[in-house]
Amino acid sequence: MTTSGREPGREPGQSGLLAPAGRAPSRPRRAPDGVPAEADRPGAGETAGIGTSVRRPDGRLKVTGEFAYGSDLWMDGMLWGVTLRSPHPHARIRSVQIGEALATTGVHAVLTSADVPGQNAYGLEHADQPVLAADLVRYAGEPVALVAADHPETARLAASRIMVDYEVLPPVTDPVAALAPDAPALHPGGNLVRHLKIRKGDPEPTADVVVAGSYQIGMQDQAFLGPEAGLAVPDGAGGVELFVSTQWLHVDQRQICAALGLPAERVRLVLAGVGGAFGGREDLSMHVHACLLALHTGKPVKMVYSREESFFGHVHRHPVWIDYEHGASSDGTLVYVTATMHLDGGAYASSTPAVVGNAGTMGAGPYVVPNVRIDAYGVYTNNPPCGAMRGFGSVQAAFGYEAQMDKLAAALGMDPVEFRCKNAMRMGSEGPTGQVLDSPAPVAELLRRVQRMPLPESGSADLRSLPGGVGNTTHGEGIVRGIGYAVGYKNVGFSEGFDDYSTARVRLELTGGEPVVTVHTAAAEVGQGLVTIEQQICRTELGVGTVVVVPKDTSVGSAGSTSASRQTYVTGGAVKAACEAVRERLLARVRERGERELAGLRLADGLVLADGAGPVGAIGEFLDAGPIEETVQWRHRPTQPIDPETGQGFAHVQYAFAAHRAVVDVDTELGLVKVVALDCAQDVGRALNPQAVVGQIQGGSAQGLGLAVMEEIQVRDGLIANPSFTDYLIPTILDVPPMRIDVLEYPDPHAPYGVRGVGEPPTISSGPAVVAAIRAATGRDLARVPVRPEHIAGPA
Amino acid sequence: MRITATVNGTTHQADDVWPGESLLFVLRERMGLPGSKNACEQGECGSCTVYLDGVPVCACLVAAGQADGRQIVTVEGLAAGGALHPVQQAFIDAGAVQCGFCTPGLLVAAHDLLARDPSPSEADVREALAGNLCRCTGYEKILDAVRLAAARLAAGPGGDGA
Ligand code: FES
Ligand code: FES
Repeated sequence: MTTSGREPGREPGQSGLLAPAGRAPSRPRRAPDGVPAEADRPGAGETAGIGTSVRRPDGRLKVTGEFAYGSDLWMDGMLWGVTLRSPHPHARIRSVQIGEALATTGVHAVLTSADVPGQNAYGLEHADQPVLAADLVRYAGEPVALVAADHPETARLAASRIMVDYEVLPPVTDPVAALAPDAPALHPGGNLVRHLKIRKGDPEPTADVVVAGSYQIGMQDQAFLGPEAGLAVPDGAGGVELFVSTQWLHVDQRQICAALGLPAERVRLVLAGVGGAFGGREDLSMHVHACLLALHTGKPVKMVYSREESFFGHVHRHPVWIDYEHGASSDGTLVYVTATMHLDGGAYASSTPAVVGNAGTMGAGPYVVPNVRIDAYGVYTNNPPCGAMRGFGSVQAAFGYEAQMDKLAAALGMDPVEFRCKNAMRMGSEGPTGQVLDSPAPVAELLRRVQRMPLPESGSADLRSLPGGVGNTTHGEGIVRGIGYAVGYKNVGFSEGFDDYSTARVRLELTGGEPVVTVHTAAAEVGQGLVTIEQQICRTELGVGTVVVVPKDTSVGSAGSTSASRQTYVTGGAVKAACEAVRERLLARVRERGERELAGLRLADGLVLADGAGPVGAIGEFLDAGPIEETVQWRHRPTQPIDPETGQGFAHVQYAFAAHRAVVDVDTELGLVKVVALDCAQDVGRALNPQAVVGQIQGGSAQGLGLAVMEEIQVRDGLIANPSFTDYLIPTILDVPPMRIDVLEYPDPHAPYGVRGVGEPPTISSGPAVVAAIRAATGRDLARVPVRPEHIAGPA
Repeated sequence: MRITATVNGTTHQADDVWPGESLLFVLRERMGLPGSKNACEQGECGSCTVYLDGVPVCACLVAAGQADGRQIVTVEGLAAGGALHPVQQAFIDAGAVQCGFCTPGLLVAAHDLLARDPSPSEADVREALAGNLCRCTGYEKILDAVRLAAARLAAGPGGDGA
């Protein structure tokens, strides 16, 4: 926030937002911003409520460089923390010597596992991961020691002087071999994290046409641009305040408290600006480390990962090996699917059980299949830990089942879109878990809509639009065009009986004579635009234009995770419910005044309105008696655990669907691919902010494209071979084609405003559509993603 | 060592700079200008793009000493007197900002493109922005933003060109 060097910076309380009570006195000079009320306030006549493409309230700060991300935080006298990580994927630690590191000028602390005061174990679902490795390291990159110093380079130098004596052990790197009875057990309970079984219908089905295939999906990185970063500030009384870029403040707080041995009231978290997340910030990274260093030194400590460290500092998308077999009757009706999936969870569980849950329960795709047998295994290995990434299990399964759909269609002599539509789920269909879809599921319509979209022209002469681009590898010779389709689906929200809720505090009061709404949730804004949605809901529900979004922190109850496409649904639901409670109290004041009987009381445009009467009065008139504040905890309807033997149960609260059509040009001699068009149709239930919805779909589609043709963390013998943006390629503006987006709005009657989660579905079907298009162009099987040039141009 | 440079029209000085520090580090950590971002510090992402004597560069690849005595403009210097530059406004209006971490670098790159070519073709825009990674948007709305900015700049002050 400060743009003037060491001059005193603007503090949050001065930037037009309301600072929450109970703040530690020492605020970072560059502290996370909330959202100023004056920025992008709706103009006269503009309601800027739900359904409008109102601008994001943090947009101005972001385009002027003033928005404070975790890596921008700064305080007088702060130290820099760095992490020493294991170079070995599997090793016993014999000893750690810190003397020389500690003696380095400028170093304030060197910490090891012996300095973790609480439980040296954390994890989202199982507390199986050490804060700092004590006697065993289970992956290359595992944190072993920490240094705090007055300059980051000093800290790095000191870290290099820590002497760790390792007894190197052979790594377990194959998830199938890891389940063999004689494989070394990496954790006390063995190497199986979860085995999910789905058993539905006839256990021994037969069909006229049978196709089988084995598929492999590589390890993808979230590659958010803003590195892991945060600033821990000791409060001088044994507690700590952590400003951090994260996805779920309260689950962080719970794990940090356990590791520090402190109660929740001594560990406060504030969301720092988040430079993208995509699942990669759901687990802890530097959180506990920075707090340990701050508590140990008594000084603020900032930690920022480099890009290389970021590849070791967060979980990745599980690589998966899947064997599918599908059977259909000769008229093109699906009869059965069997699947065996191995998900490599790497060294620690993270969210592997839930990823396995999704890959399995949605492993048949958005199709009606009467007989299902699926076994999905999540496995410990000594590979990098894997967990949440956008699409979360559904992405990997879709590459397999969509390839199978094309194979089946070909075997039946049917058009691949017709075949899919014939078997598509719809409202009322029963899924593989026995759950009946009780809200719209327009799978066939989505496919037909992308199929009807106009196709791009072929044969541009501009080199830049050909595979290989300005590499000048072709002028059009050897180029073949292909078209592919895919559809996918995913659950929204947390599933299988999880108590999935959010909390919202909404306050309506007079400020300078005008009614102002303040909304406070702990829901992480990671770029998706939830802060905009919170404002829009408040405007719609309370009829007040000025809505202040308080910085996200733990002084209000949990909002749950910014993941599983859930925040607009769940935190949106909580904000709506809190607004309704506030509105009830305001209307009670209106009724108390009671000059006349009023029907249909409501709030709009700053006024209290009633049926058949003019305005009853301005909202502000009823706030003279004081502010109205309500805090509401809101839950979606409960889900159920699935049966451990059959996988049957009401596991998911909502499903979301998207379909893509990809058009590619392939240089069949060199194996280079240019995606020419990637069009999508998606049902979003109700688009609360249409512009943001389209932005989510386009961004999600691009990430799916990346996994299809370029993105893979290459792991050899447990070591990451490409931890940089030089070697791990994410799509550039030259790789992503124009994307036409068709947004359908079929409301879900169970969800607030009918919304359906948006963020993940486009990442599920875009990649399979791209691979289908490459298959169409080349006739190759392409059973592995990302597709590499040698898969296209190499020996078949 | 001591580094003195003109940044966004103001003389800035930083003392005790370690020779291994980049211009990006000095801007962010010593001059209080954290607007330029640090997504890779390897010249691959463009999030640190600034003008150095009028030419866009990756500040992470410029050694601090190389910037001594030179003119630098960062994202913080694009807007004059509190008003946004049309490129900045267009990024907001077109929905080209999600997490915004790529935005400062993209703004400088787009600002430079439109200064050189007021009405670039789509292929030209893609080529000019090829060094700037964005992980959130899929680039469509960034293209929209550049088109919108070009139209507004062509329409001149007061015109909205949209
Ligand atoms: S930070 Fe300079 S190019 Fe990425
Ligand atoms: S908006 Fe997040 S990286 Fe571009």
